[in-house]
Amino acid sequence: MIYNYYPGCTLSTKAKELDEAARKCAEALGFPLVELPEWQCCGAVYPMASDAIAERLSAVRALAAARENGGVLVTLCSACHHVIKRVNYDMANNKDIQQRVNNYLGLEVPYTGETKVLHYLEVLRDVVGFDNLKAKVVKPLQGRQIGAYYGCLLLRPGQVMSFDDVERPEILENFIKAIGATPVIYDMRNECCAGYMAVTDKSICKQMVGEIQDSAANAGAGEFITACPLCAYNLLENAGATKLPVSYFTEVLAEALGLNEGGAD
Amino acid sequence: MQKIGVFVCWCGSNIAGTVDVAAVVEAVKKIPDVAYAVDYKYMCSEEGQKLIKDAVVEYGLDRLVVCSCSPRMHEATFRKCAESIGINPYMVEIANIREQCSWVLKDVAVATEKAIQLAKAAIAKVRFNDPLHPGQSQVVKRALVIGGGIAGIQTALDIADAGYKVDILEKEPTIGGKMAQIDKTFPTLDCSACILTPKMVDAACHENITIHTYSELEAVSGYVGNFDVTIRKKARSVKAEICSGCGICTEKCPARKTPSEFDEGLRNRGAIYIPFAQAIPKVPVIDREACLKFKTGKCGVCSIVCPNKAIDYTQEDELITEKYGAIVLATGFELIDLDKYGELGYGRSKNVITSMQLERLTNAAGPTEGHLVCPATGKEPKSVVIVSCVGSRDTTERGKTYCSKVCCMYNAKHAMYIREKYPNVDVTVFYIDVRTPGKGFDEFQRRAVEEYGVHYVRGQVGKVLSDKDGNLTVFASDLNSGKHLMLNPDLVVLACAVKPAKDARKLASMLTASIDTNDFYVEAHPKLRPVESPTAGIFLSGMCQGPKDIPETVSQAGAAAAKVIGLLAKDKLMTNPCTAKCNEKICSGCLTCTKVCPYGAISGVEKEVITLNGTREKRVVAVVNEALCQGCGACTVACPSASMDLQGFTNKQILAEVDALC
Repeated sequence: MIYNYYPGCTLSTKAKELDEAARKCAEALGFPLVELPEWQCCGAVYPMASDAIAERLSAVRALAAARENGGVLVTLCSACHHVIKRVNYDMANNKDIQQRVNNYLGLEVPYTGETKVLHYLEVLRDVVGFDNLKAKVVKPLQGRQIGAYYGCLLLRPGQVMSFDDVERPEILENFIKAIGATPVIYDMRNECCAGYMAVTDKSICKQMVGEIQDSAANAGAGEFITACPLCAYNLLENAGATKLPVSYFTEVLAEALGLNEGGAD
Repeated sequence: MQKIGVFVCWCGSNIAGTVDVAAVVEAVKKIPDVAYAVDYKYMCSEEGQKLIKDAVVEYGLDRLVVCSCSPRMHEATFRKCAESIGINPYMVEIANIREQCSWVLKDVAVATEKAIQLAKAAIAKVRFNDPLHPGQSQVVKRALVIGGGIAGIQTALDIADAGYKVDILEKEPTIGGKMAQIDKTFPTLDCSACILTPKMVDAACHENITIHTYSELEAVSGYVGNFDVTIRKKARSVKAEICSGCGICTEKCPARKTPSEFDEGLRNRGAIYIPFAQAIPKVPVIDREACLKFKTGKCGVCSIVCPNKAIDYTQEDELITEKYGAIVLATGFELIDLDKYGELGYGRSKNVITSMQLERLTNAAGPTEGHLVCPATGKEPKSVVIVSCVGSRDTTERGKTYCSKVCCMYNAKHAMYIREKYPNVDVTVFYIDVRTPGKGFDEFQRRAVEEYGVHYVRGQVGKVLSDKDGNLTVFASDLNSGKHLMLNPDLVVLACAVKPAKDARKLASMLTASIDTNDFYVEAHPKLRPVESPTAGIFLSGMCQGPKDIPETVSQAGAAAAKVIGLLAKDKLMTNPCTAKCNEKICSGCLTCTKVCPYGAISGVEKEVITLNGTREKRVVAVVNEALCQGCGACTVACPSASMDLQGFTNKQILAEVDALC
């Protein structure tokens, strides 16, 4: 299987660690990532209006390119995954959007949602398998109390993302177990971090992040992992008195697989 | 030559509004053998029927086609009409030009064309109709009621009072059902057990009622008036005849790790237990999964302490067979699983409970003797939040789309319980709408607000958080003020949706009773036959048919009983003559049909038959028992030589209909 890979803008700039660790680990786990040539920004925010067609085009370009190269597209950033997965769903299920997007793009073969979009975590769970992953761990992160922070984009809307139970997700917790650490379940793990409110009204961000940080700390977490660059930014930059460290899940994965010199930072 | 009469009904504007009925009449008049065709405003009316009868006499008609509503509505009407003028009722065909045509089409030209097609098909079929004659079958004067809650008990009592024998089949060790768990009933706040237990006793003492508890339906065959039922009486491991119900065994049992079903898991019960004090029968049962004697071979304490030597570890399940004329489904309800509502914290915090758990907490016979305490801390709460519509009116994949109907009233009741006994406890009810139609119901809910000072907030709870000390935080929205709320109650009560009992679907397939997508049993007609299943001889009582409260359940129970009594009062029933028939000339005796028949109505019999060549020979052929055959047609499809045919729906008739359409 070819694992076409869509890194997205943030992973080439502010969240390079998320991307670099992901590529290394994928290589080590036997699913090397093949970056799509000439990918464009996914749009970052899923266009809620059904007549917003142009906003969906770049996601469809990536999807169509993946279709021509094996039909699987792996994403990593929660926001990219959210946009691409939902646009793919539109292309498969909404005839109007499907037709108008294809009118714009004029592809040789119209795109109708054929590509399978997988989040990196889904590859770990469904292709590699957490048991196999566990067997490949050389430096289990024993004693680390990790709170998985899902945020909102990865899980919702549940039916479209079909990623995990929206209210009681377990994929990240199972991942944490596989790398030898202890998952800490806390109430706010699937709440929104306030996202782009960081740009317009920091006070809202601070309140929401404060609740998340407190909730995790209160439940006994010593650190966060996340798949989302914006979540990671907000959790760190808009934290109040409680400020647990945040890393990307691919970073702790690389650590457990012994791919980092120096180990824990 | 055949003389076919075609009668096109307007059904007021129901049909005539979309179908050009005159055009239909003109079209069918051109068909050979149609001796007469006419349209009329209401063919089912007395005038309409007279028009049919007069036409039969005047034109010498011998078969009739009525283009009208669904045959489920008026086929019987027109068959009776035909019979009254001397035409065999099975010489009538209905073309459904209402439900399958005028109601679903908008364009007059299209609808008229379709109506003509349907009429043509019915005319093509009626040419091949043969006169059929119903047989007769006996009615067994005994009814079976499945489910021993208030619905089943009331149905059984009403049937028994009319002088017929009734058996109650209950899967739990006692009758009583959910009503036995409830503390008080709305809108009068009388004690639930106080009004239920006399009925339980009445049922137990009634000379016409036999109660089978801890029993399940094993197998059913037969048909209306003549059901053959096998009941599995599960081994109680206690000899009911000599047990005195003293309960010493239940107190001494050392295996106490099983959560009590009756107390909704709020306390544990022994492996040998009696669900509650007023249980009927008051005979304990050993839960073999939990019992140390059964698991390890050691223990046997109950057997040692029993003064009557009633414990019997070797007891086995017993199969009873009985014949019944009618079966009533009264299998009740349960609450939905809250697994998919992780945000509400059920299962994470013990202080988030269901409404049924609250009933047990406020019940004087419950685990706390009626003291309202938070299960996690054992302390009295200072404030309580009640969440309505958890899983009800929920159009997402995790919930139920319907309104559970009883929650608004019991939420008000619960709020009143609490405020009455603990005036310092603050109670907030979150709701989407408050729905309280019913006698004295709205007044009841208003009393909760106006006299008891219960806070009602329009809005839903988004999330219930619990920290490691067990403190709860509720995030909610107040839609009237547009504000987000954050509350810190000590107890959260979830009014979760009701759903039919788990085994409803299994029972439905055993009884060939229809069921909807939510597993509620479907009634024969939603308005006019609300307590009968479409399957003859099967009746519906209580929550298994749809959400309803106790007064409604009791009314329906009585209605179902009246229908059963009406059936049992008959000595004989006319059987449906549309049964399978074997053409013995071409039957090869392969007996594939016997394997597909769901009613066991076909058997292979060796007999002398006339072959296609006109010679006689002795061989095995399929023979249909017309009393057992329900006319499903499975055998006609399975038969490789096409020797099985369904009378009234023969292959020839069906193909003639298809030919007419193509």
